[in-house]
Amino acid sequence: MSDAQTKQFGKGQRTVPHPAQKAQKWYPVDDESQPKKVRKTLRPAKLRESLQPGTILILLAGRFRGKRVILLKHLDQGVLLVTGPFKINGVPLRRVNARYVIATSKRVDVSGVDQKALEKTAAPEYFTKEKSKEKKSEEAFFKQGEKPEKKKVASARASDQKVIDQSILGSIKKEEFLSSYLATTFSLRNGDKPHEMKW
Amino acid sequence: MADIDVTLASWKLVEVGRLVLIRRGPFAGKLAAIVEIVDHRRVLVDGPSGEEKKIVPRHVLPLAHATLTPFIIPQLPRAAGTGPVKKLWAKNEIDGKWAKSNFAQKTDRAERRKNLTDFERFKVLRLRKQARYEVQKSYAKVRAAAAKS
Repeated sequence: MSDAQTKQFGKGQRTVPHPAQKAQKWYPVDDESQPKKVRKTLRPAKLRESLQPGTILILLAGRFRGKRVILLKHLDQGVLLVTGPFKINGVPLRRVNARYVIATSKRVDVSGVDQKALEKTAAPEYFTKEKSKEKKSEEAFFKQGEKPEKKKVASARASDQKVIDQSILGSIKKEEFLSSYLATTFSLRNGDKPHEMKW
Repeated sequence: MADIDVTLASWKLVEVGRLVLIRRGPFAGKLAAIVEIVDHRRVLVDGPSGEEKKIVPRHVLPLAHATLTPFIIPQLPRAAGTGPVKKLWAKNEIDGKWAKSNFAQKTDRAERRKNLTDFERFKVLRLRKQARYEVQKSYAKVRAAAAKS
């Protein structure tokens, strides 16, 4: 039914479109917004060249800010896997954002790290929190404050930490002052200009 | 009347042969010898140092941009060319004398400290602490001995 009709007007001829296809007499009052074209693409994160495995980093944000830690591996999306080592400065195996980190020029030998354990910890689901089995009941809510259960570190985590730190601790011990360097936190002192300092 | 000791003031003079430290401009921090005095504000300097990095080409330097040092190349002829200046510079061991001076040592150290990495800074911190501890210990010994007697 959408075919056009051809009509004769005197000498002239004209095609008249089907009423359904006629141009609208009125424009809509509201403009319909056109969605913008997305010009972003997903690119793999490219990290600074100074961020090589074994580099000593200074953390700038988060709970462990100021700590000097050792870079183990690059994860996806610009995330770094670091370790304290835990025995020296209390920083566990941890993921940090590469943006909130200063890379120093000091490197530690990490070639001796157990690759299997490292692969395991580098897996994306390693750091996800386990869902608690006990649902928080109303009763538990009222018992609040009586005896807050202490968070327990999973023993598997602790043993992974030990396995990975073992060889690193060995190479740290070889150099004088290195262990105490990692144990101390970084902070700016009077007159320090971080943009002019060498790392 | 009491005897009055009159000692001659030992001014550092702007004179031919005087070594100046350049404080401003492209040769800041380098050493040069006055070769000729142009007028009361400017001098002609030349610094043919033995080290490649410290050479100052012959040029006119405003005295406001220079600091006089206590070193002199004695008997430097007026308006001597770069060749003779270089010879006398080496003969008087100007580079060595300057490197031993307090000022040069301090600026060298400041420069070196500035270029330390984070770990090296930490080591300096620790070693200075250790040195300080030893000094304090020996002082304490002296003090204890003095209190006894």
